[in-house]
Amino acid sequence: MFDKEKMDQVNEGLDKFNEKTKSMLEKRPERNSVFYSGSGDEIKGLYTPADVEEFDYSDIGFPGQFPYTRGVQPNMYRGRLWTMRMYAGFATAEESNKRYKYLVEQGSGGLSVAFDLPTQIGYDSDHELSEGEVGKVGVAIDSLADMEILFDGIPLDKVSTSMTINAPASVLLAMYIAVAEKQGVSSEKLRGTIQNDILKEYIARGTYIFPTEPSMRLITDIFEFCSKDVPQWNTISISGYHIREAGSTAAQEVGFTLADGIAYVEAAVKTGLDVDTFAPRLSFFFNAHNDLLEEVSKYRAARTLWAQIMKERFGAKNPKSMALKFHTQTGGSTLTAQQPENNIVRVAIQTLAAVLGGTQSLHTNSKDEALALPTEDSVRVALRTQQVVAYESGVTNTVDPLAGSYFIEAKTKEIMDKAMEYITKIDDLGGAPKAIDNGYIQQEIMDAAYYYQKEVETGERIVVGMNKFQIEEEAPKDLLRVDPSVGEMQKQNLVDLRAKRDNAVVDAKLAALRTACEGTTNVMPVILEAVKAYATLGEICGVMREVFGEYQQSVNL
Amino acid sequence: MNLEQKLQEGNKRAVARLITLVENKDPAAFELLKKLHNKTGNAYVIGITGPPGAGKSTLTDKLVKSYLNEGKKVAVIAIDPTSPFTGGAILGDRVRMNDLSTHENVFIRSMGARGSLGGISEGTSAAIKVLDIYGADYIFVETVGVGQSEIDIVKNCDTTVMVMVPGLGDDIQAIKAGIMEIGDVFAINKADRDGAKKTAREIDAMLDYNSNEWRPPLTMTVAVNNEGIGDLVDSIKEHRDYMQESGLFETRRINNTKNEIVELIKHRVLEHIFDNAYNEQKINNLSKEVVKRVTDPYTVCEDIMHNIKRK
Amino acid sequence: MDRPIRVLVAKPGLDGHDRGAKVVARALRDAGMEVIYTGLRQTPEQIVNAAIQEDVDCIAVSILSGAHSTLFPKISKLLAAQDASDILFVGGGVIPDDDIPFLKENGCSEIFTPGTPTTVTIDYIKANIKR
Repeated sequence: MFDKEKMDQVNEGLDKFNEKTKSMLEKRPERNSVFYSGSGDEIKGLYTPADVEEFDYSDIGFPGQFPYTRGVQPNMYRGRLWTMRMYAGFATAEESNKRYKYLVEQGSGGLSVAFDLPTQIGYDSDHELSEGEVGKVGVAIDSLADMEILFDGIPLDKVSTSMTINAPASVLLAMYIAVAEKQGVSSEKLRGTIQNDILKEYIARGTYIFPTEPSMRLITDIFEFCSKDVPQWNTISISGYHIREAGSTAAQEVGFTLADGIAYVEAAVKTGLDVDTFAPRLSFFFNAHNDLLEEVSKYRAARTLWAQIMKERFGAKNPKSMALKFHTQTGGSTLTAQQPENNIVRVAIQTLAAVLGGTQSLHTNSKDEALALPTEDSVRVALRTQQVVAYESGVTNTVDPLAGSYFIEAKTKEIMDKAMEYITKIDDLGGAPKAIDNGYIQQEIMDAAYYYQKEVETGERIVVGMNKFQIEEEAPKDLLRVDPSVGEMQKQNLVDLRAKRDNAVVDAKLAALRTACEGTTNVMPVILEAVKAYATLGEICGVMREVFGEYQQSVNL
Repeated sequence: MNLEQKLQEGNKRAVARLITLVENKDPAAFELLKKLHNKTGNAYVIGITGPPGAGKSTLTDKLVKSYLNEGKKVAVIAIDPTSPFTGGAILGDRVRMNDLSTHENVFIRSMGARGSLGGISEGTSAAIKVLDIYGADYIFVETVGVGQSEIDIVKNCDTTVMVMVPGLGDDIQAIKAGIMEIGDVFAINKADRDGAKKTAREIDAMLDYNSNEWRPPLTMTVAVNNEGIGDLVDSIKEHRDYMQESGLFETRRINNTKNEIVELIKHRVLEHIFDNAYNEQKINNLSKEVVKRVTDPYTVCEDIMHNIKRK
Repeated sequence: MDRPIRVLVAKPGLDGHDRGAKVVARALRDAGMEVIYTGLRQTPEQIVNAAIQEDVDCIAVSILSGAHSTLFPKISKLLAAQDASDILFVGGGVIPDDDIPFLKENGCSEIFTPGTPTTVTIDYIKANIKR
């Protein structure tokens, strides 16, 4: 990229510069002896062409073209802003429905459904283990009846909906399709995403149900079903967000996520699907942490690596198969319970990082995130943060504005190389499912999390308001509370449902489901039938639990 | 609480408390063990050992369930390494046995190796006795699986199950000092993995060199799927029957007890020396002298022994 | 008092976020304690039974799902039923300050909210176990 003579000049100049600064530093030492990125990598005082000597523009190319380093569309936000998609859901379907309508009114571009833990783990609200959990971290969905209320008055052909659901994704997707059907909307028109990423559940999030193999089968069944019946649907959101939240570094976030992605593609290809039939509908989900420059480099690294992997390893031909599209959420674990207003600032920086990094959609956390679920007021500010960046900051005027920065290009390459090392290591272990089985991935994350905590406690890593610039504070007021009677209400609804529906039909559909699970046919059509008969989520997952068994956790400390 | 009484009643808290006391060498607790010694000897002790990652905990969980189905009372002692630097430990084996926590007839105790090279702490022998008194029909002792633990476990158990796993460089693992002579029963777990048959053949071949009369059976298991457990239970029973019919059961227990007594004496004598004769500081000073070449370790030892004998 | 302090670290209910619990478990180990880590999805019964069999000095539960007001009192009640209320019971996670008095009235000795250094938790346990 740079000719030899010019490069020699730079290197000479750099040597002189370093000499000069050396004597200055002896008189006035820097604030730290070493400066670290958010992920703990050493950062130099200055980056010059010498740091990107090997770099050639063709390495990153143009936006909307292989290897997509600069972005997956040619004109990115000039054409269309990222989707402002705020994760929401709590208590009952009615209350969540209200919150969705509020967000749409306030300018949110897409819906993002948060389900409560019993729903995410395939239990009905009346299950023993659901006690105290119903409606707390998301909306409780026990059956199609709840789903109908959730989307009441929301035209499913006009919105795109992201559902954060993994182990029982097949069931919730079936419910969504059934609701749309009742609205007169055919499944071909539906746009949205299901998270459907079971590997990261085992790694970092914990809402798994079944063991690895049957879980992968469910995922590939969904790929196949949607490729024909729901072609506009993003069938998976391969997630790094939770891996980062669990304590990983930026390079690990990329490495482990892409390794999971590789596992899914391999699984699908093994069932006989052609990579180009499902790969265009794969999407990703990353974190946005505080170190803005590192994060921007991270997203660029991820796109580049994935494009290379899809092309070289899997032989994809369709450009859409190689383009890594992603949703971002600002890092929840970076927010503090102390002086929560500071969180608004953190989220703003993280928003900038995600946007400069080329995200396709974004959820911004609210200031009270470390304390409770967000109130309407705090979620509005979080949404406004995105809108201020979109309309006032100027960063959307041009594509990938930080490209060409010596630091950014050097950092992008560095993260790519590190991430690739992790991917290779996981390949050597036999792939992501095996690396999870023997705890390699979890152990790496745990170690990173522990070092992070040590750094915070020794003060090496400053968290404003928490270990520096603290104040005496009163307990925060006006936090959101989930009405504890939600649990009782849902239980009663289940009783009513079971009385109203045709239980003979339900039994027949569940029997058909059992047969499908025991065999190899695609389970989606059977699940759709069961859902329409108002079989409950717990009943459907119960059958699957019996046939597939349950995942056995391990300890990696 | 009246420990003895509660123990006789089968109160789990009393059992747990007594284990803690003997693990920490409480003298009153040993008096109790002395008193109740004739209530021990009924439980059948099964050692589970093997390299890390072999799936010992999962396998133990399934074996326990098998015996529970027969209506037996089962106890598990799960041992994990203690950090030599901090003295702390993460004891995580219960995770694999979660549904057993609430079973009436199960008692699970996690123990740290606490500085014993063998991975089996002194406390383990005592804990086994406590669980024996409690009325366990079977006591599983699951070890760390590294270092000398495989050897130590034999000294505490009636049957030792060696759990291997394909693809961990087992051929090298198995040759490790005398490992092949320790297992009374061999299990190849995660047998659905590539290389399982190869590992089985290798181990079979090595067992052919075994000079004992007892030819350890080799069972293939996939513990997570509950496969091969019945066969493993049968193998254990085979070994038990063999030992009892041949009289070796008694011989082994006598040998184990001999070891136990010698270990107890060793520890008491050592404690005695350091408590009464020489303290940490004195030994430190003598060591400095040795390093300075003023004296040598053998002379130091003779002097100390001479002084003790005099006392 | 040479014998190590034994602590049960547990995740009650369905919450799967275990970074905090694991970090605390490791910190306790580094402070010389024996930590029995139960893993996820523990019922109050499983937690109490484990605590009793392991003869722990302290139970430390972590929960981020909002179900603390239901689950923590259940644990206390079970401990009381087994005559085991002398076991120190502490908790952490996403627990609003407003809920803490209720939890303390129901058997919890202390709640360690987000941002609490592990040293604070360690010192508290050392100072408050009943031995």
